[in-house]
Amino acid sequence: MMKYIISIIAILGLFINSVFAGGHKKIKVGMITTLSGGGSGLGIDVRDGFLLAVKGDKHFEVIVKDDQRKPDIAVQIADKMIQSDKVDVLTGIIWSNLAMAVVPAAVKQGKFYLSPNAGPSKLAGKGCHKNYFNVAWQNDNLHEAAGGYGNAAGYKNSFILAPNYPAGKDALTGYKRFFKGKIEKELYTKLGQKDYAAEIAQIRSSKADSIFFFLPGGMGISFMKQLSQSGINLPVIGPAFSFDQGILKAVGDAALGVKNTSQWSKDLDNKANKKFVQDFQKEYGRLPSLYASQGYDTGKLLISALNVADVKDQDKFRSALKNANFESTRGSFKFDTNQHPIQDIYVREVIKEGKILTNKIISTGLKNRSNAYVKDCPLK
Amino acid sequence: MEFQLLIEQFLNGLQFGTMLFLMSAGLTLVFGVMGLINLAHGSFYMIGAFGAALFAEITGSFFIGLISSFIVAMFAGVITEILVIRKLYKKDHLDQVLATFALILIFSEGIRWLFGAYPLYLNIPAELNASVSLPLEIIYSKYRLLIIAIGILIAFFLYILTSKTLLGIRIKAGQNDRGMISVLGVNIKTLYTIVFALGAALAGLSGALIGAIQSVEVGMGEPVLILAFVVIIIGGIGSIKGAFVGALLVGVTDTLGRFLLPELFKLFFDNADANLIGSSIASMSIYILMAIVLIFKPSGLFGERSA
Repeated sequence: MMKYIISIIAILGLFINSVFAGGHKKIKVGMITTLSGGGSGLGIDVRDGFLLAVKGDKHFEVIVKDDQRKPDIAVQIADKMIQSDKVDVLTGIIWSNLAMAVVPAAVKQGKFYLSPNAGPSKLAGKGCHKNYFNVAWQNDNLHEAAGGYGNAAGYKNSFILAPNYPAGKDALTGYKRFFKGKIEKELYTKLGQKDYAAEIAQIRSSKADSIFFFLPGGMGISFMKQLSQSGINLPVIGPAFSFDQGILKAVGDAALGVKNTSQWSKDLDNKANKKFVQDFQKEYGRLPSLYASQGYDTGKLLISALNVADVKDQDKFRSALKNANFESTRGSFKFDTNQHPIQDIYVREVIKEGKILTNKIISTGLKNRSNAYVKDCPLK
Repeated sequence: MEFQLLIEQFLNGLQFGTMLFLMSAGLTLVFGVMGLINLAHGSFYMIGAFGAALFAEITGSFFIGLISSFIVAMFAGVITEILVIRKLYKKDHLDQVLATFALILIFSEGIRWLFGAYPLYLNIPAELNASVSLPLEIIYSKYRLLIIAIGILIAFFLYILTSKTLLGIRIKAGQNDRGMISVLGVNIKTLYTIVFALGAALAGLSGALIGAIQSVEVGMGEPVLILAFVVIIIGGIGSIKGAFVGALLVGVTDTLGRFLLPELFKLFFDNADANLIGSSIASMSIYILMAIVLIFKPSGLFGERSA
């Protein structure tokens, strides 16, 4: 008898609980990101930025899990978050190959996915989805701006290199889409390669007047150090990934003066950004990176949508997301029809502030840049 | 294609090879003498690099950093050997693989916990940050020449150690018959600790030397570890001579392959395709080399035991 009473109470309790929850706008966010091993700095920054944005907001329940930069693990975590944790929104993935493994299945199961970093072209064109939003950039964007800067700086003949994987090919395609000069040589290196002596020797013997490279993480650190040790004095341009706050310290003075393209910078002059930079430093005791700003914007975007609609009312929530009515750290921020940002992309230069290497904006590379794949996306 | 470029690439291959040798020497000794598969060897490479970065920053001297990389990795080796590895000698290879894999995770996350997730700064000193002119109008980096010199010196030292000293004779004896050498009154426990620590120290030194031109970060050791295994398989397990020859072969094949194969494919395909195919095949080149060696010499070039 006692058993029955207890189970009835338990069932009633569940019922009351769910009614109670229904009365409030709760949102459950599953964050899958890279927190261990190589490349964990990026995931940690996205996580910290996101958590800073939603800090103190009682509507949020955030589950954070480490994908170890492995697609199979990311898929497992996503399945668990969708099926047993019943999250409303997924976010957090850093790498394009992991995003390709997780995102299509997640949005098909009726979950929202907000990308704080990866923006593979496949998810921007034909593979776009009404529940997929990219808050960072389409992969090609920063490279396109680099190509644009190459023209402005009067480069005539570029030596370009990237790792041999999808995002690497996107990078060189992006640069070539905007760069009007000649391409002296196009090189694909091994993913994860750390020794660039063979490539640098080819740069030395070439007639190039500029170098463009996309080598994220430790690859870029190695390349920049070895390039400066080789005594080659050609101007270098690259996307912000190899010159962002977390990584600059390891590159050291070899990075001084290098131009890099980014949609965000610490010195962007707007209220939201000033507050972000200040709060981030206070909370974590370090300067924020571009990844942290992307995580932060993702959090702020979710809050703005939640202010308008309940996440359970998907259509209303979706259109609230699409309006992007929040104060971005980048200043102006809009979604195009394929739900990727339309934004300014800046050219930054690596400088020294006291003893700390950091970036400052020197010009706007591309104004209100959307992406090359909008026309392939059936969304209106 | 110019002759100078070819020579420069050859030197690059040589430099890569000598570094691989420092990594593989320890691995091959530990495997050959103790029969232990040590997956955590790459962790000592990382520990050496982090030790160098730390002490170079504190003292401001790169050379103190280099020396401390050797010492720090050696200490890490001694402690690991006494606490963990010692218990593994009598276990089978699967247990060794599992235990040393666990060590990789412990070391990696431990380092991340201590130093943070972003790479550390370690750069070569200004006086080495220059190029020297060699005969035939070849210009080459001073630092990389130094690496080659250090590698060859250590190879020579190890050769003397293993073939001309008492310690070397004991190591060789231990390799052949463990039971007999301990019956003859050699303290096999200490001998194993010394060999393991020496291997760890060499890995640490190469981590520091390479960390200065690449990046000092968590997980930097594992890609090198895979190459080191390829080296000792090609050279023959347990043989220092084999490790040296294997390392140079792998270094030169990899570097020249990356440079020459895309050029070769340009004869048959257009530029972009040739680059893609060439660089893809270049990343396979050392494994192809390994396969070819194993076809003709199943126990490696200088291997004594049959596989």
